[in-house]
Amino acid sequence: METLEQIRDRLVARFPSAQVTLVTNPGAAAEHSLLLDAAHAHDLALFLRDDPALMLDYCSNVTGVDWPDKEITDVTKTTVPDPAGGPPKIVESKTTRLQPGCLEVVYHLYSMALKHGPVTIRMRTTNRSDAVALPSLTPVWRSCDFQEREVYDLYGIIFERHPDLRRILMWDEFKDYPMRKDYVEPDDYEWEPTAHGAVLERAKAHQPTAAVTPSKEGGAP
Amino acid sequence: MSDPAANIPQAPQAGTPVATNLPAPTPAAGLPSEALSPSNGAKEGNISDAEREELRRHGILMTSFEELYNWGRTNSIWPLQFGLACCAIEMIAAATARFDIARFGAEIFRPSPRQADLMIVSGTVTKKMAPQVVRLWNQMPEPKYCIAMGACAISGGPFKQGYNVLKGIDRFIPVDIYIPGCPPRPEALLNGLIELQKKMKGEKLTGPNAARFTRADMPSEFPIPAYGAHDLEPPKNDSVWTPPKPEAKA
Repeated sequence: METLEQIRDRLVARFPSAQVTLVTNPGAAAEHSLLLDAAHAHDLALFLRDDPALMLDYCSNVTGVDWPDKEITDVTKTTVPDPAGGPPKIVESKTTRLQPGCLEVVYHLYSMALKHGPVTIRMRTTNRSDAVALPSLTPVWRSCDFQEREVYDLYGIIFERHPDLRRILMWDEFKDYPMRKDYVEPDDYEWEPTAHGAVLERAKAHQPTAAVTPSKEGGAP
Repeated sequence: MSDPAANIPQAPQAGTPVATNLPAPTPAAGLPSEALSPSNGAKEGNISDAEREELRRHGILMTSFEELYNWGRTNSIWPLQFGLACCAIEMIAAATARFDIARFGAEIFRPSPRQADLMIVSGTVTKKMAPQVVRLWNQMPEPKYCIAMGACAISGGPFKQGYNVLKGIDRFIPVDIYIPGCPPRPEALLNGLIELQKKMKGEKLTGPNAARFTRADMPSEFPIPAYGAHDLEPPKNDSVWTPPKPEAKA
């Protein structure tokens, strides 16, 4: 199979207005992926599926990723020469900037015809609050149907042109998106027989204060 | 052939106890005469268990309506045929020839709650499924019993810290028998069934300690929780379940 760089170059040559970025994975698995431009994703996906050299006809997995807003601290070092003639001083200045978060959806593609894969493609939303729509790839790969519904259910990504976008695991009246990082789960920790760690902290609010004082033996933290 | 009428068993006369395949009892057959005298035990309106056992050894069955009623329903429990998770596989295995729940009279799994009198909550009760479980329980006629099978049905089990699993079915309906395990072996389910049978056999039909199903003031149906925006509403039935008081540590 072609490398991801070759696939990217062919995609860009075929669709000059599309943006295709190679997202590298620095880990040991080195599962690199292609970040597709949402506006052209449907055409790009059709190309990946129908191109005779790729024939990625099987989408095995669709999943979501939540990237919350992240505060990044940049440290810049500047060398200030000493007017007294001594060694120059190095001054560190820190600037913080906010990296806006986004929601991401990941597709793992294989070729049943040519027996190769996987090719991982990604799409990202503009932000996490109001611009969370992405094109559905269910018209390209039928197997995305339930998995895109699951991503919608748990992450809140709206898939446009999905044939039947409803919640699949939680009930229809449910308002939250449980797999987002800022999800607050319902507090039903009234009784925890062996609470510890974070669960103990949550259970404490429901228990009389005398009952949760740590024992002398150091059993409870 | 002699007279064929001689083989026809005689119907017991009115007033005599129901006898099983034995000629008419004679008081002289080694029985203590007090055992049969109507005055003995008449103070309680009953005879003692030892005396009744003595009669039974001689082929005379004396029983009360309560005992007969409990005996009948104890040995013919019809469970509701539904499973929620992997515990249901063990429940199915308990019905197969190897474990054979039919030995205890509970092999008739009914697909309708109207015909069932035992609900085996076998597996994880998700919050999405909990209203349906409560609704099935409400549709079952009295007397009805509930077995919480497995860690999930008891407390949420390994999913206890999740947002989507009910932390025990006893938050909404009363549970008679808890079977721990993940999942419990079929033998454990059979043991739970035997424990339930013991409980049913001890139930009174009248009096101050009468069983739950005989009392008009005890509820038979329970409110079905509604799907809320963040959780079930209400998240638990306070009249059924209150959190146990945590033990104060020394």
